[in-house]
Formats: sequence, structure tokens, C-alpha cells
Amino acid sequence: MNKIITFTVNGKKRELNVDVRSSLLDVLREIVGMTGAKEGCGVGECGACSVLVDDLLVDSCIYMAVWADGKSIRTVEGECRDGKLSSVQKSYVEKGAVQCGFCTPGFVMASTAFKERFKDKTFTRDDIRREHAGNICRCTGYESIIEAVEQSMEED
Amino acid sequence: MAVGDRVDRVDAIAKVTGKARYTDDFFRPGTLVAKYLRSSIAHGRVTGLSVEKARELEGVEAVFTYEDVPPIKVATAGHPYSLDPAHADVADKLLLTDRIKHLGDEIAIVVAENELIADEALALVEVEYEEYPALTTPEKILAPDARKIHEDSSNVVGEHQYECGGKLDEAFELADLIHEEQYYTAMVQHVHLENHTALAYMDDLDHIVVISSTQIPHIARRVVGQALGIPWGRVRVIKPYIGGGFGNKQDVILEPMVAFLTSKLDGQPVRLTLSREECMLCTRNRHPMDFEVKLGMKEDGTAVARMVDVISMTGGYASHGHSIVAAGGSKSCLLYPRMTIGYHARTLYANIPVGGAMRAYGSPQITFAIESAMDDAARKLGVDPVEMRIKNAARQGDINPFSKLPISSCGLVECLEKGRSLIRWDEKREDYRNHKSGKIRYGLGVACFSYGTGTYPVCVEIAGARIILNQDGSIHVQTGATEIGQGSDTAVAQMAAKTLGIPVENVHIVSTQDTDVTPFDTGAYASRQAYVVGNAVYKAATELKQKILDYAALLTGFPAASLDLKGESIVNITDNNTSVISLNDLALSSYYDKEKGGQLTADVSHKTTTNAPSFGCTFVDVAVDIPLCKVTINEIYNIHDSGVIINPVMAKGQVEGGMAMGIGAALSEQVLIDQETGRVHNNNMLDYKVPTFTDVPDIHHDFVETVEPTASYGNKSLGEPPIISPPPAIRNAILDATGVAVNELPMSPQVLFKAFKSHGLLKP
Repeated sequence: MNKIITFTVNGKKRELNVDVRSSLLDVLREIVGMTGAKEGCGVGECGACSVLVDDLLVDSCIYMAVWADGKSIRTVEGECRDGKLSSVQKSYVEKGAVQCGFCTPGFVMASTAFKERFKDKTFTRDDIRREHAGNICRCTGYESIIEAVEQSMEED
Repeated sequence: MAVGDRVDRVDAIAKVTGKARYTDDFFRPGTLVAKYLRSSIAHGRVTGLSVEKARELEGVEAVFTYEDVPPIKVATAGHPYSLDPAHADVADKLLLTDRIKHLGDEIAIVVAENELIADEALALVEVEYEEYPALTTPEKILAPDARKIHEDSSNVVGEHQYECGGKLDEAFELADLIHEEQYYTAMVQHVHLENHTALAYMDDLDHIVVISSTQIPHIARRVVGQALGIPWGRVRVIKPYIGGGFGNKQDVILEPMVAFLTSKLDGQPVRLTLSREECMLCTRNRHPMDFEVKLGMKEDGTAVARMVDVISMTGGYASHGHSIVAAGGSKSCLLYPRMTIGYHARTLYANIPVGGAMRAYGSPQITFAIESAMDDAARKLGVDPVEMRIKNAARQGDINPFSKLPISSCGLVECLEKGRSLIRWDEKREDYRNHKSGKIRYGLGVACFSYGTGTYPVCVEIAGARIILNQDGSIHVQTGATEIGQGSDTAVAQMAAKTLGIPVENVHIVSTQDTDVTPFDTGAYASRQAYVVGNAVYKAATELKQKILDYAALLTGFPAASLDLKGESIVNITDNNTSVISLNDLALSSYYDKEKGGQLTADVSHKTTTNAPSFGCTFVDVAVDIPLCKVTINEIYNIHDSGVIINPVMAKGQVEGGMAMGIGAALSEQVLIDQETGRVHNNNMLDYKVPTFTDVPDIHHDFVETVEPTASYGNKSLGEPPIISPPPAIRNAILDATGVAVNELPMSPQVLFKAFKSHGLLKP
């Protein structure tokens, strides 16, 4: 069974005819054509598919596409504008928080959510750990990701 | 000076913006989806298989079974081809089989319009089995009446024994203390974030194109050709960005099957992507090993003799098989090279998931046994564990007892001294004497490792590099070395920039490997690439630079010997480095002058015939909560001698990532296998305890930079080594804190509970 849904992706309105069984991840990757978000487990264990739905971090592999009807989706593709990396992306590059890069799109969105949530608050390294605990990285040991998040919090 | 600088990764922007394309990102509408029918038992034979209902389901393109595949057994290990048949890997894998050797073995495969239909079709297949007892432990496998897991092979798939550095029985005679103990390391999994995936289609009626998440594209090409019985040149393997491998993609697992499917389906594109559960059950793992160690020590802590007897289990198929335990054994001889060493190793088939290459290839297991035994002996002798290691540690100029070659560079003693100072060993050791009782106890641990760089002289070490001077004066570099996240592309860019004398920003890297066009290289494994491709890049860059200077001489009239390339200009070194022509103008002339010049390129294939030893150690400070059986890492340091550090940011990343993986192997990670049935309980990321963000403490590291004379840029292995020494260091810290020697990995709360109970720390 299919259903027509409407949402915005990175500010652009899209109307799509989707199989009601599809995940938001499948629709983003295979219909919208945005392959930034990755599938690492398909069951919400690893966070490689993380996107923001109405600014809330979700695992798009277990978020039904039809639930996104009427909502606003942000993916990693929307974070670099006019050739300028977001402060989170820039910090990931400079701190070496990227290795194989497969978890990176999900992590960038998790850190973006963290930055927006903790903008005017004090936070500790353990806050960073806890707020990124749904995202698994096997390459970095997380240390450089903490450093990248810390740096991004100091920039606009 | 591009080498040694904090250069940003050349692929970092592609990766943080989501633009970097991985295998599944090449999916296009109309691509067929393949899914395996896997065995639900670990050992047995298929006696009945009915696929008709599945074939008839709408949307199913085809179903193939073990009766439909080529009768060719291949070796899946990602090793170079061996000219010597006696050293070739074991060829024991058919594309599909009715002889079940592990849970999830591949019986049939469905090809359908999409994944949902493929799943429905699989549910319609009926299978009947004759089930055999699952052989899951050395005792069961080696029992005289045990069934042969492979009909044409003994259950012992490999065995070897040697003594080096003297006569073992004579050396043990010299010992004041003989320590004998058994150690065990569990099966663990790579858990790279991108599961195994491959996509294939045909360009015409002859050529098969495979896009794959592989560490070894050129080897994959050969193995696909072998498995299908077709000329290897008809196979083209493309390796885009890959989402981690850690050795699990140094094995040819999916490529022959997708190539087979597209060839049977008129070249239609077919994708085969494993789920996380399949990837964890049916790809490769770290071999579990059982050790018996006998260590002979002098009273003053001098190690005189060591005998290690090890059984390694390779699971249902050989894959890298006996190579793992062989490599781990030989590399461990470098650590304390002035003692006599004996080694006896056997590798067994077993009805458990398949063992293959995993980061550091046997060394983590063997080092756990050796370094645990060293601390056990230090404790019995009342010697400081750091002092004892310094006394026995390898030094530059020592003779490696295994290879009989001198150790060309070694900073192990300096690593130990640096680590001791960073963690404040002496001060804390004194302080922690008062924290050896009660609920929370504190301890310090240390462990060392030795490792190699590349596989020579066991395997060929061939690397290729092609460098082109572009029209605008920049260069393009193409290598056969594969970027798998470790930073190979960036290291290559830095090396080329340094040797040519140009800014690293003017170096472009072709990241994708394509076996139709990429220089030949065997791929990413054995921490070989920066070493062996470095030698190829150095040669190519030196050759190209000479061509540039010769052409500059032709254009300007100055002798080439008086010219050099500096930044973006050719300069006269006999005249205060004044510019004689810009590289941009020279490049334009080389391409477009109607009478002279031509494209300036260098294309080099280089065989490295050396192997550089690398060293390092872990220092760790732990708190052990006795009632909770929980270990907290207060402070942890890895100190490495990896020769010259090419890029400190990337090197830091390799060390931190390896340490986190080592912490996982030490405390939580284990593939849980039912010994009665061979079933796996935790092939998912929830039940298999890969360290999450909250499980990894702050991680510290440092380097002792030696200069390795056999490397063009002075560098040695760094990709794998950081994982080796954290587990024994943590084990030794637990021993220091509690007095309990935990002799198995992982040291999970369950294992600690048993150990603490049997030592009377917890009430029975």
C-alpha cells in the first residue's frame, strides 16, 4: 500500500508517493536521492542513519516514512551552505574526528542537535558522551569526536 | 615539509558533507536484490531442498542452489597469489553448499525485485537436514572419533613448531623460576559500521563489473576469476569509499557471488548487502585461542626461555586459517629477543563462525598470553613489572631470533620510560599499596607488544604509484593502496608533496581503486601500506621530479643539476633559489608545445623486500569494584614507536581507535557461542558489547619517533598495533589491584565474578 506524504528536506518541500512499509532512511536514500545518511544496522542500534525530524534526533532506519508527513527533516547534506561547512562539520575536519566516515553523517547530526540544545548551557565531557551515546563509531575511539564537539561549541 | 605536518584528511570534507560515496550509494532503480538462504544448524547435510514456491513468487527473478554453482573451491583469504603451491591458502569454499559447517552457511540464494520480496521468497523455501553434533571445542574437534568437518581434510587445518634463539631445554635449565599457566582469548568481531556489500553488473557480454566494500580490490578480481573459472582480466573491481574493514574486508566474501549472479542474469545489476546480523554471523571474526605458556626467568627478572603451545580455532572455513597464529607467533619473537623461544601452534576447523583477519592478525591473542605470563612471573619474583620489561625489551641492533636479522630501529625502552613517567607509575604504585582491600581497589598495569610492517618475507610486498603533472602544475596521484579510513590517501599526498617539493594543496588523490586502471597493489592489511606504498611513491615522485627538472633545463638552458622544485617554481640553486620558470608554465609547455615535451608522468611498481619491526606499550590505572565486578579505567596511555609520524592528527586517530577496540576486547566483547549447538547468541550490536561513547574513557597517547632506515619516509606500522597491548595491561592492572590473575578475555563482569568468587573475594 502506498501513501502520498509531504515534508521538507533541508528546507525544500517534497511530495512523495511512498510504500507505507518504508523507513524514512529508505525514502531519503532511494527516492529523494540523499545518500548521506547510512544504514549500519537497520534496527536503531548504531545511529549511522541519524537525521533531525523537527529538530529532534532520530534513527531514520526505524522511523517510518509516513510519520514524517508534514514534518521538517534535516540531513547532513543541508548542513553545508554556500560552500561553507557548519561549525560542527568544520570541527570534525580539523580535529580528525573522521576516519572511514560511515558513521560521520549521523554523528554530525547528533553533534548539531547537541550544539543547538546546549548553546547557552554549561556542559561536561560526560554530557557530550551521553548525548551521543546512540551513535557508534568503531574507528576513532570517540576521543577526537569529543574534541570536535568542544571546538564547535566555541564557534558560531 | 609535508611529512610530519597536521594536514587535514584529503577526504574529510567529502565525508562530513555526506558527499563521499560508498558501495550502497551506487544503487540505482532497477537493481536486483539478492539474499542468502542460510543454514539454521551449525553442522550437518542438506537432505532435501524445495525452492519451487520461491521461484514462482511474483517479483522473484531467480533462485540458485548448491546444485547450480561452479564446482570450484576457492581460498577466500585476501593474500597475494602464492607461486609456491605449498604456501597457498586452503581452497575450501564453494559459492553455495549442502555440507553445513557453521550456523548460517550458504545453501541457496534468491534474487528479487526488492528486499521485501526476497525475504518473502526465502520464507517459502523448505529445507531438510541431517544434523551432526556441533564440534565447538578443541576437545570435541580433536576427539579420535570426531567427524571430519571438511570431508577431504583433517580437522587440523595447519600445524607448525619451532625453536629459536637457542636450545629450549638448555635455556629452561638456566631459569630460577618456571612459571606455567593457561590463557584463553575469546572470539571477537570487527563491527565495522558498513556491513559487507557488493554490487555487480556487466558492461557487455564478457566483462563483469563489481563495486565492492573491500580492502583488497586486485585480490578480489583474482578470486572472482578463480571462483567463476573465467579469465581474471574479464573482472573489474571498483572500490569506492569503504565504511571500515579492520581485516574483515581482507577476505573475498560477496564478490564472487554477485559476479556469478549478474553473469547468470544477462548482466542485470544485482546487489548483495548483508544485514548486521548476517555480517556478524557469516563473515569473519578474530580466532579464539587457547594457550599453554611456560616461562623461564632468572631471579633478577631476566627472561631466559619461553614455550608457547597454542590452539587456534578457524571455524567452518579456513579463510586466513593457520596464517593468523603463525604470524602472531613470529612477530612476538621481536619483543624480548635475547631469550630462547619455542612455539607450537595448531589451527582447527570448528562448527563456529569463521575466523579471518582482524586488526593485528593473531598478535593480540599471543601478546595477551605472553604479557600476562610476564606479570605473573614478576609477581612471583617480586620484581617491578616495568623494570623487568626494560631489562628484557628489544633494543636497536638486537638480532630477531626468528628471522636472524638485526632490529633496524627500536624505541621500546624509551616508550616504557615515557609511559612510566606519564602515568606517574612509581608515585601511584606507592599510593595504591593502601588500596588493595575493601570494595574498591586500585591497580596499575603495563604490557608491551612487538609487531611487523607488512608481510615480507612470507608474502610478496608489491605496491604501485602513478603520478601525473597536470596542465595547471598540480599533480594527480594514483596508487593501488586502498583508503579504508586509516588515512592512506592523505599520507600518500604528504609523501608525494615532500619528495616533489610542492605544497600538499597541489596534490590531488584518486581515492577510488578500479582494477582496470589502478596500479597493482595487494591492498590494505598488515599495516603495510604507508610503508610499502611510501617506497613506491618516493620512487615515482623522484622520477617525476627529475623529468620536470630535465624539461626545465631544456626550456631555460640551465643545467638540470643546478635546478630544484620549490613550491610552485623551478629555482636555480646556484643563484639564491631564483625562479627560472613556474611549474604552471612548464606544465602548459609540456602539454601544448608543438615540437617538444609530452605529458610528464611516472608510473612505478615497487617490491619492498624488508619488514620493519614496530613496538609500543600500554600503561593503565584501574579501579576494580569487587561487589559489582566492574573495572573502571582511571587513566590509560599507549606509547608507540612507529618510526617517523607522517601526520600527528591521523596517527592520534589510529592510536585512539585501536585502544578503544582493545578496551572492548579486554572488558566486554565476545561472540557468545553455544557449545552444544554452535548457535550464536549475540550477532547484533545490542547484545554484542561494542564500546559505546559512554564506555570509553579519556584516551591518552604519545610517540617515541625513531627513524626506520628501510622506509623512504622513516615510518613503520601504526594502523593495527594500538589494539594489541591494552587487554594484557588492563589484566595486569586488575591483578595488581586484586591479586587475582584473570587468565581469559574478555574480563567481563561474569568472568570477574567467577574469578573473585574462587579467590574468596566474594562469598560463594
